[in-house]
Amino acid sequence: MSENLVNPENLVYKKTDAMTDRVLHYCPGCGHGTAHRILAEVIDELQIQDQTIGVAPVGCSVLAYYYFNVDMQEAAHGRAPAVATGIKRVFPEKYVFTYQGDGDLAAIGTAETIHACNRGENILVVFINNGIYGMTGGQMAPTTLEGMKSSTSPFGRDVKSMGSPLKITELVAQLPGTYFATRQAVHKPANVRKAKRAIKKAMEYQKHNKGTCFVEIVSNCPSNWKMTPVQSNEWMEENMFPFYPLGDIKVPEK
Amino acid sequence: MKELRLMKGNEALAEAAIRAGADAYFGYPITPQSEVIEYLMANKPEDRTGMVVLQAESEVAAINMVYGAAGCGKKAVTSSSSPGISLKQEGLSYIAGAELPCVVVNVVRGGPGLGTIQPSQSDYFQSVKGGGHGDYKLIVLAPSSVQESVDYMRLAFDLAFKYRNPVMIQSDGIIGQMMEKVELFEQQKRVEPDYEWATIGKKKDKPATFVTSLQLQAEEQEKVNLRLQKKYREVEKNEVRFEKVQCDDAEYLLTAFGSCARITRKAMEMARAKGYKVGMLRPQTLYPFPTEEFNKMAEQVKGILTVEMNAGQMVEDVKLSVCGKTKVEYFGRFGGMIPSPEEILNALEQKIIGG
Repeated sequence: MSENLVNPENLVYKKTDAMTDRVLHYCPGCGHGTAHRILAEVIDELQIQDQTIGVAPVGCSVLAYYYFNVDMQEAAHGRAPAVATGIKRVFPEKYVFTYQGDGDLAAIGTAETIHACNRGENILVVFINNGIYGMTGGQMAPTTLEGMKSSTSPFGRDVKSMGSPLKITELVAQLPGTYFATRQAVHKPANVRKAKRAIKKAMEYQKHNKGTCFVEIVSNCPSNWKMTPVQSNEWMEENMFPFYPLGDIKVPEK
Repeated sequence: MKELRLMKGNEALAEAAIRAGADAYFGYPITPQSEVIEYLMANKPEDRTGMVVLQAESEVAAINMVYGAAGCGKKAVTSSSSPGISLKQEGLSYIAGAELPCVVVNVVRGGPGLGTIQPSQSDYFQSVKGGGHGDYKLIVLAPSSVQESVDYMRLAFDLAFKYRNPVMIQSDGIIGQMMEKVELFEQQKRVEPDYEWATIGKKKDKPATFVTSLQLQAEEQEKVNLRLQKKYREVEKNEVRFEKVQCDDAEYLLTAFGSCARITRKAMEMARAKGYKVGMLRPQTLYPFPTEEFNKMAEQVKGILTVEMNAGQMVEDVKLSVCGKTKVEYFGRFGGMIPSPEEILNALEQKIIGG
């Protein structure tokens, strides 16, 4: 409809074809929408929409297959890297990505994550880390910060009894199969641009069968952190970034 | 031209998977089925047919790799033994829920728990009644020889794709480990998938495809269940398979499946030699179960003895099938022990003929 009103020569920005028209179910202020968007833009820009197969996790982004306009499979909780392995091994020429949250990737799916990286599966893992279980209502995640309150750590995470937050991206970066590991954010335009560049690079590496590319995006959860979107972004900068510093963790050797 | 070989059951399953045109095998070692993946690794199916073989980090990962490959419309297979099959139940439920085709082999060993590595049939309930969560069914084939292991591998893929449903080949530690003469079928061509339901990359003029077992609305999930149930009724109508031995004049009936049916058949012959008119009905599909055939036989015989290498599992389905028309008794050994023909004959005389 709006397209009729826009003069083609004036069109400088439009919805990416790699996303569907469905309304996102994510909470206001959540980073998932932006993370989806930049991944979809990368698929669009690389013109690989017909060659891309995605794997959705269990968690807030369980319905990611409604939003990405590419073929997708919905995996059991934590199993996305194994499902992606199955896809990539039978379709080595396709672009395969998983999109997973911290509970999915770093708790119940730890084994699948580590071994997919260790085998150097030629897939892109997009890892959204907001330090909490979003969909089930704000329980403690493997990435919940020390002292951070959640519905299963109502007095704050006590690392003596509950363990310390897991820096899984640093962990997988140690593995020879991991080709590229980076930590990004999408709360500010500059970060969005950087994160998108990282995802694009990671997707392009797949062409050359270099190994697993792992892009962590530190994000927020206004609903379960019980903050406004703006507050949650400020809290993220002050508390999440010092423990989960942004930047490349493992870059390909020249 | 017939290709005859002397093969171990597990190796025959592996060779049959290659020849059936499988695209991928994902598995994890466990006794008594490790020869499946060992044979595949040694035989380099990548070079023969392009089939992919990968040792996964766990049975959980293996079944989810199968999910991924099956979701692409590829012929995927995994194998394990009882404790490993327990680990696969989550994946099987998802595969059944997402209506994907695949083949899963269970070379059953004794349980519960870590149990024993000796042969058993104590996973009948797990295979036939569900195992994982939700209302779903596996099609379950029970070979009783190395030859049937080979033949059922091809059949299993056919059924899996016909119904878009996981198919289990329930072997056991005897059939998996013993060597027999087998006739191998010819190499089947691998086919490039082009199914509407498979994720093979979005086509320009069509909406994207997704594979899922999730429906957030209860109304929608009920529809999924109704569709599954309709499919299972079709399976029950079309796919029941069984073997009848000397049933025409039988006054008593023995029933057993898998390796146990081989021993039971010997007991039947011994009973015949003693003058008892005994027949044997051997289910080749455990699901769908030969319910009607048992019901028919119940009109004819004075009693049925089920012989199982478990504590009495199939006996429940036999009882449900005969609707009280005749006496049904059970005899078995379990925990890795194997009944002898003499024991079976003795149980038949005591529980059915003299009972």
